[in-house]
Amino acid sequence: MENKIEIRDMNLYYGDFHALHGIDLDIRANEITAFIGPSGCGKSTLLRSLNRMNDLVEGCKITGDITLDGEDIYKDCDVNRLRKRVGMVFQKPNPFPMSIYDNIAYGPRTHGIKSRVRLDEIVETSLRHAAIWEETKDCLKKSALSMSGGQQQRICIARALAADPEVLLMDEPTSALDPISTAKIEDLVLELKKDYTIVMVTHNMQQATRVSDITAFFLLGDMIEVGKTEQLFSMPQDKRTEDYITGRFG
Amino acid sequence: MTGPATLGTAARRGAETKTTMRSTYGRGRAKLQKGLVYGAAFLTFAVLLFLIGYILISGIPHLKSSLFALQYTSENVSMLPAMITTVEMTVLALLLAVPFGLFTAVYLNEYAARGSRLVRVIRITTETLSGIPSIVFGLFGMLFFVTRLHWGYSLLAGAMTLAIMILPLIMRTAEEALMAVPDSFREASFGLGAGRLRTVFRIVLPSAMPGILSGVILGIGRIVGETAALIFTAGTMAQIPGLLQSGRTLAIHMYVLSGEGLHMNEAYATAVVLLVVVLLMNTLSALVAKKLTKK
Repeated sequence: MENKIEIRDMNLYYGDFHALHGIDLDIRANEITAFIGPSGCGKSTLLRSLNRMNDLVEGCKITGDITLDGEDIYKDCDVNRLRKRVGMVFQKPNPFPMSIYDNIAYGPRTHGIKSRVRLDEIVETSLRHAAIWEETKDCLKKSALSMSGGQQQRICIARALAADPEVLLMDEPTSALDPISTAKIEDLVLELKKDYTIVMVTHNMQQATRVSDITAFFLLGDMIEVGKTEQLFSMPQDKRTEDYITGRFG
Repeated sequence: MTGPATLGTAARRGAETKTTMRSTYGRGRAKLQKGLVYGAAFLTFAVLLFLIGYILISGIPHLKSSLFALQYTSENVSMLPAMITTVEMTVLALLLAVPFGLFTAVYLNEYAARGSRLVRVIRITTETLSGIPSIVFGLFGMLFFVTRLHWGYSLLAGAMTLAIMILPLIMRTAEEALMAVPDSFREASFGLGAGRLRTVFRIVLPSAMPGILSGVILGIGRIVGETAALIFTAGTMAQIPGLLQSGRTLAIHMYVLSGEGLHMNEAYATAVVLLVVVLLMNTLSALVAKKLTKK
């Protein structure tokens, strides 16, 4: 399978703080890659480097290369185009304070789609894709904030899908949700992998084993180990990985 | 089954100790606190009620239709020209102040690097501006707009002065409103590939609208109630002014009438109208804000 994203000798600094040390990682197309590790290990930071959300953080500096389909995303790439291609779902559901329809249509409208018919179509397919069409089809005009937390998160996923991305970054997408909503989102993610490349940060190791194909373990800014998920969890190569997944720290 | 039962008793026992403790040392105190709170609330309400009642009782009997004649004469001190001037003045001053104030706030909160030197300087400047008494703005307006720029006592000079005066207010409230918009909205918008301009206009400003509006309404309140700054800049002519003509707002009309001492009854009638205008505006703004937040 081909590599969608390649990270080569990537270092990241917040001012004087060296947050990520020489990361090398390939993310393959149509697979789910999970980043695990204790809080503050840099997994979210790495995720947010993949669509340049760290640009918004002052004093953040990145060296090394990150390429998307061979294109260096920090050099020859328009950042808004990049973020269209690499969509993101955040930790807490963050729908805009507007109707469900307008939430979903925000991405396509941003990228110049104006036709009402076309927008209707995108909204429906995105909501269907995010497995929330049945719950929302009769209330598209209602405020997205009136939905439950789990529904809001699926609306946010639909919103990300509506921008027609190739890669989907998910930053602990279920950490603010109840177990039932979490299960729904995990099923959804497994479904989405057919069409998208997914990178997911998770605090929950069971979640990583349930959904991901590849798992990368991070500790204090280093990527300790990466491998096939079942392999990493059954036969970790590194002592620190073993300690973490057996619950000795973290 | 014993587990939850014991837990329940323990909790109940805890609650009991709490109530006994309260009753032994806190009952008198709680009563006193309650009395103070109710007393303060009543006093505030009573003052407002008395003020409004007094003005209404002194003013309403003198509200005659002749006070709403289009022409002001020394026999019939009509307030209609002043009402129209107030509207003109308010609209003009807002047209000047709101765009500047709002976009400064947008720049400070959305574009400038947080904690940069320029931002600090602008903040200190606005704070200083908002602490200056309005008579000083009036004097400045007279020296600069009226005299130096040869605008004379005019609607324009008055509106410019008022615009400078309410600019800090508009700016600060707009900034507060923008700051209250959660960063997660901005992140979501950027994450979908929207640029900063689109994020600001489509997401941030609409979310901040109620707060921005409340600032604008406070500004209107200051314009409608202002006298000191206007006497020196817009003058006191009782007519419906053009841009470069002198005119008096309702507040000044009242000030002049009571200053002359010849038409106290009409001054009270004017106060009634001013009061009603202010109350109407407050209700209207509350409605608008409510409607906007619902969306």
